[in-house]
Amino acid sequence: MREAIAWFADVGLADRPTVGGKGASLGELTRAGIAVPPGFVVTTRAFELFLAALEARAPVRARIETCDADDLDAVTALSQEMRTRVVEEPLPPEVEGALLAAHHELCGGDGAPVAVRSSATTEDAADASFAGLQDTFLWVIDPADLVARVRECWGSLYSVESITYRRRQAFPESGVAMAVVVQRMVDASVAGVMFTRSPTTGDKSVVTIEGAWGLGSSVVSGEVTPDRWVIGKITGEISTRDISDKHIEHRPVASGGVEERAVPDDRRRIACVDDATLQQLREIGRKVERHYGAAQDIEWAVDRDGRVLLLQSRPETIWSNRTTAPVAAPTDNPFAHVLGVFGRRP
Amino acid sequence: MTGQKSFPLPSSVAVVPGTEAAQAAYPYYTQFGPDDDARFWFYNSMHFPEPMHHFDMITAEAAYCALGAFNTRVHVLPTTKGIDHRIVNGRVYIGGVPVTDPVEIAERQELFQQRAFYYYEHWERLYDQWKVKMKALIGEAQALPPVELPDWEPIETTHTGKGVASNHALLDTYRRQLEGYYRMWQHHFEFLLLGYGAYLTFFDFCKRAFPEISDQTISRMVAGMEAEIFRPDEEVRRLARRAVELGVDGAFGEGMSVEEMFAGLDAQGNSGAAWRDELQASRDPWFNVNVGDGFYHYHRSWNDDLSMPFSALPGYIAKVRAGETIDRPVEQLIRERDQLVADYRDLLDSDADRATYDQLITLAHRVFPYVEGHKFYCEHWYTNLFFNKIREFGALLATHGFFAEEADVFHLTHYEVESAIVDLSLAWSSGSPPLGPKRWPGIVAERKAAIAAWGDHRVPPALGVVPDVIDDPAIVMLWGITRENLDRWLDDDGDDDGRELKGFAASSGVVEGPARVVTSAAEIGTLRQGEILVCQVTNPSWAPIFQKIAAAVSDIGGSMSHMAIVAREYGLPAVVGTGSATQRIRTGQRIRVDGGRGVVTILDEVLADA
Repeated sequence: MREAIAWFADVGLADRPTVGGKGASLGELTRAGIAVPPGFVVTTRAFELFLAALEARAPVRARIETCDADDLDAVTALSQEMRTRVVEEPLPPEVEGALLAAHHELCGGDGAPVAVRSSATTEDAADASFAGLQDTFLWVIDPADLVARVRECWGSLYSVESITYRRRQAFPESGVAMAVVVQRMVDASVAGVMFTRSPTTGDKSVVTIEGAWGLGSSVVSGEVTPDRWVIGKITGEISTRDISDKHIEHRPVASGGVEERAVPDDRRRIACVDDATLQQLREIGRKVERHYGAAQDIEWAVDRDGRVLLLQSRPETIWSNRTTAPVAAPTDNPFAHVLGVFGRRP
Repeated sequence: MTGQKSFPLPSSVAVVPGTEAAQAAYPYYTQFGPDDDARFWFYNSMHFPEPMHHFDMITAEAAYCALGAFNTRVHVLPTTKGIDHRIVNGRVYIGGVPVTDPVEIAERQELFQQRAFYYYEHWERLYDQWKVKMKALIGEAQALPPVELPDWEPIETTHTGKGVASNHALLDTYRRQLEGYYRMWQHHFEFLLLGYGAYLTFFDFCKRAFPEISDQTISRMVAGMEAEIFRPDEEVRRLARRAVELGVDGAFGEGMSVEEMFAGLDAQGNSGAAWRDELQASRDPWFNVNVGDGFYHYHRSWNDDLSMPFSALPGYIAKVRAGETIDRPVEQLIRERDQLVADYRDLLDSDADRATYDQLITLAHRVFPYVEGHKFYCEHWYTNLFFNKIREFGALLATHGFFAEEADVFHLTHYEVESAIVDLSLAWSSGSPPLGPKRWPGIVAERKAAIAAWGDHRVPPALGVVPDVIDDPAIVMLWGITRENLDRWLDDDGDDDGRELKGFAASSGVVEGPARVVTSAAEIGTLRQGEILVCQVTNPSWAPIFQKIAAAVSDIGGSMSHMAIVAREYGLPAVVGTGSATQRIRTGQRIRVDGGRGVVTILDEVLADA
């Protein structure tokens, strides 16, 4: 991927080094026929061009590699300096041109809102915590604002936490790059997350869905206790329905950005997702899981037309990394299993 | 957990005033005694949800004789023996007899492996043999002579030199009928615990491999599709189809009585007669299913009361007319079951687990035809013959003035019935009047009043100290009693506003609609399309009415019950084992049934009087 911009439909998991984890996953989902809001990735190529311009003024990577991760004051000062430089540095003209052209193609110049999300190449399945350090900007409308947000995403590579994390893990800075996902925003009536195995017991036969009114950011950030359903992955049977009091929702602001609003009383304590949509989500979850061959941790949204869209899918990490002992070993005489029922003592 | 929780002690349970004599009339070995305070007992509301007529206690007695014999002495289950039972205020309480001594368990385990494993190994042959035995037993009961006492001995007694008079035959028939009933219950338990044990082993494995799997999914993986118990409903569907084919379908209408439908048929001449022939073919033996679990004399069979199957006919006929296929899609159901088994297998993590899973599902499928199939022969067919024969004795005794009507015979214990027969036999032989007519009418009146009083009297769900762990597999398997359930019972002092009833999630889905409380077969005909059935006991023989209802709720039953399977087959939400739905819900109230959560909610503003 030698271009500054790559459309979702043109990338897959193999492109992770240039489009980052999030970008690669969205491309992979798009290719697998899963409904994803359309978008593109500002690739690491764009970042490299930007960094080259930055390095031309003064060293960046060398400074990071030589800093002492245990000296918090020094790291904080370095972080501040680097982020200021990133925010002040103009985009190389070819990058800015490509970005604005792609944005125009995506939104048709009619001011459709986009989400701008960092997509780090070092973000990997085994380390979700690092992924959590990256930035997401919702409901970005103005092209100039878009450019600034892309730069901010890049700047997040130089946050105190990111620098400290990389130094402790001894990642070489030459391998550190940041892609940025630009995606049409879904004006979600309801949104949430879905795990294709139980987060509490690891059970692979159930899908757990959590959702709340409005944009999914309220669920991801934990500001709302979402409704929660447990559904048999194979049977579709809804075994748990925990309907909570969803007191607030995240709603877009016309001029850009997102605000928190109180949920009217008549919607607070009712289920935010109907059964048919839950079943649709289950089907999508199964499809994605089959595509990847592993349990998934998914973000989803339902738009104003009732369409279900996936915003993100990544491999579930907690249970998948555990080794589990077999439930019961086979026996020479299959009848001997019944002794477990008739012969067991507490 | 500290602080021992306890239900009332048996000795603290007072007999309802005025019913002391009726209570004392139950056999001495069913009365609570001082030693019983040290044990844990629970009300067997699953099998005996209503106060027991004195005669009907024979079902508990014969069943526990047989259950215990096979657990304790025949198969020698290592950690459990049989079940003790007691009765107070008409309610049957039972207590398990667990084995706790490790030496005894080891000894029993040795014997169990020799015996139970033999059964598992030769299951199909032994089960085939079982059916032969059961059919022979049914044949013997059918061949028993009619219960009658002629004024004069028939001349054949003279001509054949029979040497035995009718009063002896009377006693002989009674004793043989009792013997047959006790024998039937022995056969009933020949396979049952082994079958449940194999099922439960698979169940346990699934629960450990898939901690959040529902009970209903596991039973769906195991359920057989061609058991005899499905056959009565299939016959009703067949009759609906034949009615349309013969052009007599106009005789069947929603809300019509059986008599009205027969009158309509008779007006159709030969076609009507042809359909009646079809009906006759279905009735023997498939209408020998009763409308309850077969534990009470008043759970009559379809053959005794055609209103159940007939109330289902108009609905099925409407579907046939609309071009719908009403036949049970057995092949499709089997395919779905096999797919379910395969899909869950794919989710397992290791080859070892897949190998174990294969062993367990194979064994569960092997035993399940018995678990499902035995009921038609035992609880239905034989039980109907038995109670109907006792009715004949009731009719004879009523004719001789022992009491007013034939069903009054069920207010006597089986010992008392025998004594009345001997009384009548003596009187017939001596030529003097029997003494019974002076003795029994008062007693019958007293016991009728007692049954009514006990029916209005609430009883504790359990008695005695709650054990830390309910580790008796028989109790867990048959009654689903766990420490968790007991704690729920203890806390069941109603913190809700009385609108919510909890039970077992039997079949998922959420439906709102008007309730129809049905407490007897006679009321089945009142069910209308789209209503929610609320009944005490769910039973497979009610399957035909599932095509017209929107959901089902019952007082009694577990998620493994056959009715739950039928509800799932029809795709209807069902909640079973609510304990008190028929008491708390009134016909016409709007209710919501959430079969996935096992919750029923009364939606109407005004609640029925508690």
